Amino acid sequence: MRSDDKINITNNLDWIAVGFYILFVFLGWLNIYAVVYDPEAVSNIFDFSINSGKQLMWIGGAFLLIVAILVIDYKFYSTFSYIFYVLSMLILLATIFIGTEVNGSRSWLDLGIVRVQPAEFAKFTTALALARFLGNINTNIQRLDTMLKAAILLGIPCALILLQNETGGMLVFSAFILVMYREGLPGTLLLIGVFVTLLFVLTLAVGVKPILIGLGILFGLIIAYFLINRLRMTRKQLLNRLSIILLIFAMSVGFVFGVHKIFFEILQEHQRNRIMVLFDTELDIRDVGYHVHQSKIAIGSGDFFGKGFLEGTQTKFDFVPEQSTDFIFCTIGEEHGWFGSTILIILYVLFMMRLVFLAERQKDSFSRIYGYSVASIILFHFMVNIGMTIGLFPVIGIPLPFFSYGGSSLWSFTILLFVFLKLDSHRGQVLAGH
Amino acid sequence: MVAIGLIYVIRLFFLQVLDSSYKIEAEINAIEKVVDYPYRGLIYDRNGDLLVFNTPVFDITVVTKEFKLTDTVLFCNRFGITPEEFKKLMVDIKNPKKNIGYSRNKPQTLFKQLSLEDFAHIQDYMNDYPGLYTQARTVRSYSYASAANALGYIGEIGPKALEKQSDGYYKQGDYIGQSGLELYYEKELRGKRGVKYIMKDVHGVLKGKYRGGVFDTISAPGENLISTFDIDLQQYGEKLLQNKIGCVVAIEPQTGEILAFISSPTYDPNLLTGRKYSANYKELEKDPYKPLFNRPLMAMYPPGSIFKLAQAAVALQEGVITDKSRFPCDKTLVNCHNHPSPQDLRGAIQWSCNPYFYMVYKKMISQDKNPNKFKDTEINFDEWRHNMLTLGFGQKMLVDLPSSKSGNIPSNAYYDKIYGDLHWKFSTIYSLSIGQGEINVVPIQMANLAALIANKGWYITPHFIKSIGKDGHILEEYKNKHVTSVEPKYFEPIIDGMEQVVLGGTAYWLKIKDIDICGKTGTAENPHGDDHSVYIAFAPKKEPKIAIAVYVENAGFGAMTAAPIAHLMIEKYLKDTITRKPLEDMILNKNLLHKVKVKP
Repeated sequence: MRSDDKINITNNLDWIAVGFYILFVFLGWLNIYAVVYDPEAVSNIFDFSINSGKQLMWIGGAFLLIVAILVIDYKFYSTFSYIFYVLSMLILLATIFIGTEVNGSRSWLDLGIVRVQPAEFAKFTTALALARFLGNINTNIQRLDTMLKAAILLGIPCALILLQNETGGMLVFSAFILVMYREGLPGTLLLIGVFVTLLFVLTLAVGVKPILIGLGILFGLIIAYFLINRLRMTRKQLLNRLSIILLIFAMSVGFVFGVHKIFFEILQEHQRNRIMVLFDTELDIRDVGYHVHQSKIAIGSGDFFGKGFLEGTQTKFDFVPEQSTDFIFCTIGEEHGWFGSTILIILYVLFMMRLVFLAERQKDSFSRIYGYSVASIILFHFMVNIGMTIGLFPVIGIPLPFFSYGGSSLWSFTILLFVFLKLDSHRGQVLAGH
Repeated sequence: MVAIGLIYVIRLFFLQVLDSSYKIEAEINAIEKVVDYPYRGLIYDRNGDLLVFNTPVFDITVVTKEFKLTDTVLFCNRFGITPEEFKKLMVDIKNPKKNIGYSRNKPQTLFKQLSLEDFAHIQDYMNDYPGLYTQARTVRSYSYASAANALGYIGEIGPKALEKQSDGYYKQGDYIGQSGLELYYEKELRGKRGVKYIMKDVHGVLKGKYRGGVFDTISAPGENLISTFDIDLQQYGEKLLQNKIGCVVAIEPQTGEILAFISSPTYDPNLLTGRKYSANYKELEKDPYKPLFNRPLMAMYPPGSIFKLAQAAVALQEGVITDKSRFPCDKTLVNCHNHPSPQDLRGAIQWSCNPYFYMVYKKMISQDKNPNKFKDTEINFDEWRHNMLTLGFGQKMLVDLPSSKSGNIPSNAYYDKIYGDLHWKFSTIYSLSIGQGEINVVPIQMANLAALIANKGWYITPHFIKSIGKDGHILEEYKNKHVTSVEPKYFEPIIDGMEQVVLGGTAYWLKIKDIDICGKTGTAENPHGDDHSVYIAFAPKKEPKIAIAVYVENAGFGAMTAAPIAHLMIEKYLKDTITRKPLEDMILNKNLLHKVKVKP
């Protein structure tokens, strides 16, 4: 069996996922060409002086990476996961000091011919390390010390990336919470997290009064539910429950007031503005809100079927900043309209569902956790990237996987995905030593 | 995952399909509509002389975002403006209240309509100032300081006109005909505007045609007009009328073509073009002699004795007199001057006998069609009025100029309102018999009377344009003959009488050798001081080539001022030489302005 693997590296490879990958990379490349396309000076899509030509180069590199990943023994990734992790953390640390400053963040390493963003690859190494850690049969995520250790494992890259002043890259690591939830992290923790975030956002977005009314109604309904179903429990149990619910209610109200007070009375004007932009993208369309406003114009002008390939005016003529990297979705929205955008979103959702399906079929917990990490990271990127272009998320500069222009982004996602596909192709074999 | 996908798809549906505001913003962002202004049509006189043409001018526009000055003083020196003026100009440009639609990314007008000479001075400096652009357009120019009130002028479209337009053709800042032929033939003259949609990137750099130019339209120049003016005659007439208030209309009887159309005092039409338009317009508006007032169409005068010709024609048609009818010059009825008496119709015209026409009108109004005197008056008066309307009185002459007045031929209702129903009769209205009283005419109607007498009973509505565009068509209404209710034969004795006016009547001293002029003098009493001098004529008697009406305000007897002007112009038109220099000098040196009462 082992000798077969050496002969045929594509054996057992999930061609459906590979198909999605190839499709996305190809579509991304076409759209990058559409961005740089200039009707006054038509250039060749293969021209290496323009982004589409360069992206082709990155795609070629990605292909070599894929071959390498498939050739390397599948056990290599789990065996060296911690070493990868430590190495990448050291590089992240070094980047803080020797990195090149781009747009106010020091997250790029200049390697002479190319510049790479180590944070992109840190996602991969962290995913490996987390899989290794949680995949250990002795690890019990329900225990507090395990949770702490996992938090440290994730916290280190977060802190380093934050020190590079690259907030967007850091936030991606919150995607790992989903993975840990799958691996048994108590649901209540997740629920509380979501609830607190929701309260925070809504307080700033709609104000105190509506929130309080909403909370009143919500808790009223919950209490009513318990009162109706009280026959099942004793009087004491019921009182217990009710007091807990009321306590949570009181804490929520306090939280809302607290947020409001801190935000509107303690924070300085400029600090407040920085956060308010997240909620009101139209706040200042010339300054902070410019990105989102222009992005919405580009997508919104697409109509049902779009303006047609290479016919977009907004993305092509530089009205949308960073259009070939973080705002590549604008090009699709403008040139292919609602129809094209919807197809892309459906394809993406299907792709992610495929990844979850693949993760679930793993017998080995390392592979499963790693697979979930890949799906979660892609989901986070997908959600935030498209969300910000249509004004549903604050602008966090993260790329759309496989689409956005850039070598670091394409290569890191390629590695992330194909290591998983490699592991998946060996799903029959349980990794030894765990 | 599915939920997120669904939310995004729904959000995108709202953004892309339902909400159209982003499409508009995208167009504002990237697509610039560049208007290609066509050349406005030219206007020629009847002999091919160019009257109205286009001169290039240059607007200097500024894109404030790109415009940066290091040396304001130098800039101001070069562009001939004081630093204070320049500062105020820039403040006004950037004030969105004063400059509606201001955008720092789009060109704003800094200097308007620089002439070719002015532009040549600054052209070399243009490259030193990024953000300054040149926009070439044209303004109207006039070869002759003549015919201003007929040609009219163009100007920026006003806010009201902008709102009123139905087809949305005009935009703010567009030029449009404001009066005269420029207004009446606006649609023909303006041509077809072209629009180019040009794509621009975020820096305003041009990026080619939008969609390869499928939405672009090509501009088409306006149609040239050939007018009926004889510019020599026009200029000569204006010269004769200098220092006089009044007007002249000369028509070619067979065609209704207006040969000359003089409103005095007039102004140089070049005053109302270019940068000085507003200042000059205010100046002209303030002028107490009202040079902007288009007298031939709008000044209402009592016709005076020339109206006797119309009375004679209608009376002959009604059968109340024949050309042989005689009436004594009974000065107890109305005043008259001394002349042989009694006269027949020809003589009455020759001597302009007031009592004669008193009797003629009395016979028309009292035909005993009804035993009730008042009823009878009503019936006959109505009949008379109807006849007068067919002669072109009491209604607007549908000349191809805007704002023509109708004058007034009073109706039954008019008198009923003043005196009460059945409370008026001939003795109430007898002044009408000699063209006084409630009758009002505009000069072009009098010129038309001369033309229809020359034609013996028909006329074509006077007009200014004899050929439009390459195919040379004219408006439908100027092809139709209007036939009066008076039969041709009844014009014979009238024409004979008019001939006698010149040969041995009220205008006997104005005979011209070789030209058989038929004329009629008038002296219109009016409440504004001295009588107006009035004269209508046509010539030659056989196959008339020109019919003319002259009004000179407060100039006394028709034979003293109006008739000489008419005869000089007839001679000028038919012979192209003036044989009687002293007469010409007498008219040229006549200054009547002091007689005209003007409101301070």
